[in-house]
Amino acid sequence: MAGPINWFSQIVSITKFGLLSIPQRRGAVAATVIGIAGVVTVLVGVLSIAAGFRQAMTVSASPDGAIVLRSGADSEMVSGLGRDQTRVIADAPGVARTAQGPLASAELFVIINIPKRSTGLDANVPLRGVESAAWQVRDNMKIVQGRMFEWGKDEVIVGAGAAREFSGLDVGSKIKVGRYEWPVVGIFSANGGAAESEIWADAKVLQAAYNRGDSFQSVYARLNSPGAFQEFKDSLTSNPQLNVKVARQSEYYAEQSETITRLITTLGFLIAFLMAIGAVFGALNTMYSAVSARTREIATLRALGFGSGAVVVSLMIESLLLALVGGAIGGGLAYFAFNNFHTSTMNWQSFSQIAFAFKVTPELLVRGIVWSALIGLIGGLFPAIRAARLPIAAALREL
Amino acid sequence: MNENQSNNGALVRVENVGKIFHRGSEDIHVLADLHLQVPAGEFLALMGPSGSGKTTLLNLIGGLDRPTKGSVVVAGERIDQLSDRTLAAWRARHVGFVFQLYNLMPVLTAERNVELPLLLTHLSKADRKKHVDAALAMVGLSHRAKHYPRTLSGGEQQRAGIARGIVTDPTLLLCDEPTGDLDRKAGNEILDLLQALNREHGKTIIMVTHDPHASARASRTVYLDKGQLSNEPVK
Ligand SMILES: Nc1ncnc2c1ncn2[C@@H]1O[C@H](COP(=O)(O)OP(=O)(O)O)[C@@H](O)[C@H]1O
Ligand SMILES: [Mg+2]
Repeated sequence: MAGPINWFSQIVSITKFGLLSIPQRRGAVAATVIGIAGVVTVLVGVLSIAAGFRQAMTVSASPDGAIVLRSGADSEMVSGLGRDQTRVIADAPGVARTAQGPLASAELFVIINIPKRSTGLDANVPLRGVESAAWQVRDNMKIVQGRMFEWGKDEVIVGAGAAREFSGLDVGSKIKVGRYEWPVVGIFSANGGAAESEIWADAKVLQAAYNRGDSFQSVYARLNSPGAFQEFKDSLTSNPQLNVKVARQSEYYAEQSETITRLITTLGFLIAFLMAIGAVFGALNTMYSAVSARTREIATLRALGFGSGAVVVSLMIESLLLALVGGAIGGGLAYFAFNNFHTSTMNWQSFSQIAFAFKVTPELLVRGIVWSALIGLIGGLFPAIRAARLPIAAALREL
Repeated sequence: MNENQSNNGALVRVENVGKIFHRGSEDIHVLADLHLQVPAGEFLALMGPSGSGKTTLLNLIGGLDRPTKGSVVVAGERIDQLSDRTLAAWRARHVGFVFQLYNLMPVLTAERNVELPLLLTHLSKADRKKHVDAALAMVGLSHRAKHYPRTLSGGEQQRAGIARGIVTDPTLLLCDEPTGDLDRKAGNEILDLLQALNREHGKTIIMVTHDPHASARASRTVYLDKGQLSNEPVK
């Protein structure tokens, strides 16, 4: 007799009573919704830092890009390659060529101190010396203000992220490099990637200023195709003249961002988890009070023949709906408060500042909603079971 | 047809029933070796002092609770041994309850309240409406169909409660002090209504009351005291 349609209509009507009675318990309900919204805001907000950081580090890597460092070097900072070596690397099989020569840029990487706009305190900013192929070995490079520096001249261009985060990097201002003062002649963008946190100059000019002779730290190369990587790598690692480590740019950057991304993610989960425990108790409390406020109502329905399963499911749905509202509010809050929020932080692996924007991605929003749903289900389960187990006769005696 | 029913036409047969409640370490013996038979079409009043177990007995007959011992048979079916799930479906099909405090859903209008038991049937929306309208007309509440319980008088709320109790045309109508919270005039109207349901529509009604005015309307009165029923009030 009690078919699925019947069961469905029981659930619909009990759920409806619950939802319609929310105005009478609006205080507790609002507290729960806000609590869950808080969890989701924090979770999504913190994870958006990690997502933004990871994106900044990996967005500029093209699939057919490679980077070569000295063997054993974890980062450009501690790497070193001589001119003879960088030449062999540029001429290696697999490297794409144009009429001007191979698409490989031997680069120098030093760190200079520039005050942060936000704090006024000095922070480490990477200063990169590049060769002319630098524009072709990376994707999405663009001058957005001013002009490119002239090769051989004491001039620099500044990444858009660095210009935003640090003071004195606008076009027309000068930066101190050792004993010299070099003018900023342009601002460039790199699609939000790591290069945007850097200052660029001619590699030769930088070598002279830092007395580096004819040495570099890395070679950035563009290969004929992503598939050419293995050939390129094998030829370099098997060459007895060289002692190098070869990586795809994407892998290198992912590795560079790993420590900080993992730290932020772990921290975010930890904070959100602690808050979620609080929110579960909030939801429990709300649903227990919902059940006790409706004890006689629920008992009456069950006396009329409504099933206890329908009571459980309805209360779970109510709790779930409240939690989802909280989750949606939290996700929206995180999106409007954090998405594209620009900041910069120390990347310990390169020992320099990385400018990036928080990214509230659809995946993070889904994750926030899933968390809120779990909170709602856990918070609703025990009160719902209590409601279903109420002995009807005893519950009907309650006023 | 089982053997018990064939040699006795009673609609409700309570046999040898005992009911003990446990409160902490204390046992409360409410009913002991109780027998009751209610033939179809009877309007039975159940009287007795407060706390004598009237509600308990009504709950056993209505399948809201189970006896500690003995058996409860309604319309040939032994209900004290049904599973919770089966019992819920059985209640939906066979019993209408009328409560002292009406127990209407405050968030629903009178007609929606009356419709509730029909949600447990396979009736279409249109058919449900027909049944609801008929039940409301029968209790004289058609003009208040769209009102919420809090805007209705006590008498009107109890009419809605009775309409909800009869809307599925149940085998049995069980009323627990249906006039207990009403003034004399409203109470009399409710009793008129129950009497009419019994006389004109053949409803079998068991009504708990401690008001002699109410029991006077019934076709028979039994008295509960010290766990036992008798046909005479105990002095
Ligand atoms: N669920 C229960 N748990 C414990 N004691 C109960 C329960 N239901 C009823 N009682 C006790 O059983 C006795 C009879 O109660 P009840 O049937 O409500 O009496 P009446 O309806 O005649 O006033 C009372 O002493 C009451 O306290
Ligand atoms: Mg009672």
